[in-house]
Amino acid sequence: MRRLVLIAIPYLWLLALFLVPFLIVLKISLSDIALARPPYMPQLDLSAGWEGLKSFFSELDFENFVFLTTDDLYWKAYLSSLKIAVVSTFLTLLVGYPVAYAMARAPEEWRPTLLMLVILPFWTSFLIRVYSWMGILSNEGVLNQLLMWLGIIDTPLQIMNTTTAVYIGVVYTYLPFMILPIYSALEKLDGSLLEAAEDLGCSRLEAFWLVTWPLSRNGIIAGCFLVFIPTIGEFVIPSLLGGSDTLMIGKVLWEEFFSNRDWPVASAVAVVLLLILIIPIVLFQRNEQKQREAEG
Amino acid sequence: MAQTAFAPWTDPDQKPIIEFRNVTKSFGDFTAIHDLSLNIYEREFFALLGPSGCGKTTMMRMLAGFETATSGHIFLSGKDIGHVPPNQRPVNMMFQSYALFPHLSIWDNIAFGLKRESKDKNFIGDRVEEMLRLTRLTKFAKRKPHQISGGQRQRVALARSLAKAPKLLLLDEPLGALDRKLREQTQFELMDIQEKTGTTFVIVTHDQEEAMTVASRIAVMDEGNLVQVATPAQIYEAPNSVYVADFIGDVNIIEGRATQPGEKTGIAWAEGQPPILATPTKSLQAGQAVHFAIRPEKVTIDVEKPDRPNTFRGKVIDIAYLGNISTYHVELAGGQMIKAQMVNARRLANRPITWEDEVWVGFTDTAGVVLEE
Repeated sequence: MRRLVLIAIPYLWLLALFLVPFLIVLKISLSDIALARPPYMPQLDLSAGWEGLKSFFSELDFENFVFLTTDDLYWKAYLSSLKIAVVSTFLTLLVGYPVAYAMARAPEEWRPTLLMLVILPFWTSFLIRVYSWMGILSNEGVLNQLLMWLGIIDTPLQIMNTTTAVYIGVVYTYLPFMILPIYSALEKLDGSLLEAAEDLGCSRLEAFWLVTWPLSRNGIIAGCFLVFIPTIGEFVIPSLLGGSDTLMIGKVLWEEFFSNRDWPVASAVAVVLLLILIIPIVLFQRNEQKQREAEG
Repeated sequence: MAQTAFAPWTDPDQKPIIEFRNVTKSFGDFTAIHDLSLNIYEREFFALLGPSGCGKTTMMRMLAGFETATSGHIFLSGKDIGHVPPNQRPVNMMFQSYALFPHLSIWDNIAFGLKRESKDKNFIGDRVEEMLRLTRLTKFAKRKPHQISGGQRQRVALARSLAKAPKLLLLDEPLGALDRKLREQTQFELMDIQEKTGTTFVIVTHDQEEAMTVASRIAVMDEGNLVQVATPAQIYEAPNSVYVADFIGDVNIIEGRATQPGEKTGIAWAEGQPPILATPTKSLQAGQAVHFAIRPEKVTIDVEKPDRPNTFRGKVIDIAYLGNISTYHVELAGGQMIKAQMVNARRLANRPITWEDEVWVGFTDTAGVVLEE
């Protein structure tokens, strides 16, 4: 009985904070837009009893999901978001892994300081940090001025309002989420394993690929998920740095909600996004589970 | 059938497989190894023995290639290996922590070194199977290191380090993590495998019993110096210093001065007591300060005065009963404590000596060792 209660607490938590809001969004996505407050129909009227419930359900339909397929804006935005998320996750890994590796190899007394430095940016507002990148990347920005002063370029580079600026923004913002799990995997790595690999005939590089890399795999996977998932729905970075060139689903979602005030279509966009994210994660975890069982 | 004793170190024509020549190793201000020279011969089971921090692990890491000597040379089969990186030495090491690769199966762990030489698949397969048989691990080939016991992990580590048939195998405290029973059993397995494969083994240990059991020769180390290099029997019976005598096994050490030195010498050790009669290995000066070291099992204890060259009167202070033997702590007339060990051939009730008894301790004139300061 006590066990049941203990297990029930996290489940109730998930139910209240994840499943219930999701069901509300799902319900809105099945409704129709209306000039009302809230701006969709039908409303659930429990006072009408069983009849009210029946008429409520009869008015729900998949119209909005069908609508998403008629306008190519949506699937283009999904694809573009996926591409941006994949590329920037890869870039973040490329930058984050060496940083995490260097941190894990640093003298022990330095490590808390280095960890602190990685987390430090979180102490200022995310919005301010993205704005400051506008100051760096814009045509009159710090970067262009520096490059022109050094004589490397004659005319300012157009970085602002391109996908490149979005990549820079995403890598910068989500880097700590990549570094921390990889660092924690590498820090646990027993140094004698590398010595053993060398002793058995590996060069340093081979030892890295055969021992360090596979043993930090869990950290890499966790880091990639932590970057990929928020990036795919990212709104602030593409709208501030990406300009009108960058098509991302987070921005589309925002416009549906706040410019068009079309809550049902916006909800449908959100539901599809969730499905896009959940399916690969579930498949991946099933695969992991199977592998563990095979080893068991 | 009599076998010739294995003792290549006594044969001047034998070339050592490993030669340390005036090797010094410093870490910053700290000198771990002081100008040390040592020869190790092929097929030896050589033990480096000493307390932690004596430099024995540094010696081993220099052989493996993880450390380079600050000065001096190390030769392997006559070739200076000072600057050969670890992955190019015909030397393999079994790590204290075993350092098994947790993401690889037992089979892949053992095959790891073989695969680096990119030999053909059949050869690798055969060699791994052979190693699995040698260490009795065939059943566990598919498991991961975390799915087997400590003793099995130890054997995997051994199999992995032997797989490449190294000229020299280094074992860093190989049995430290095993419990006593398993350790003793594994010691004999190690000796067996060493004989079967004919590999030269160098083992680092702080456990003197382990060194005594497995080694053909032992180097006792202290603060970066070799104190004595000899067979286990010589180390035990003829230690060359108080440090060695005290480090290996149990010992009584009595301070005194030589009187009438000659072939036999007397050692005056307490006011009003007859001198100890002993046989020194070197000639001594009269009045020279010496230590007399004698193992407890060479000291007898009797109620009646025995007929032995050395007999002293004393009182039993303490008895440590260990089942098979008992150690008696006897206070001699001069206040000197001496330990005597007796085999409990009879059952407890029949033994006459107990606490506070006046007894005679005795030993022969060749039982102890005379050590100079």
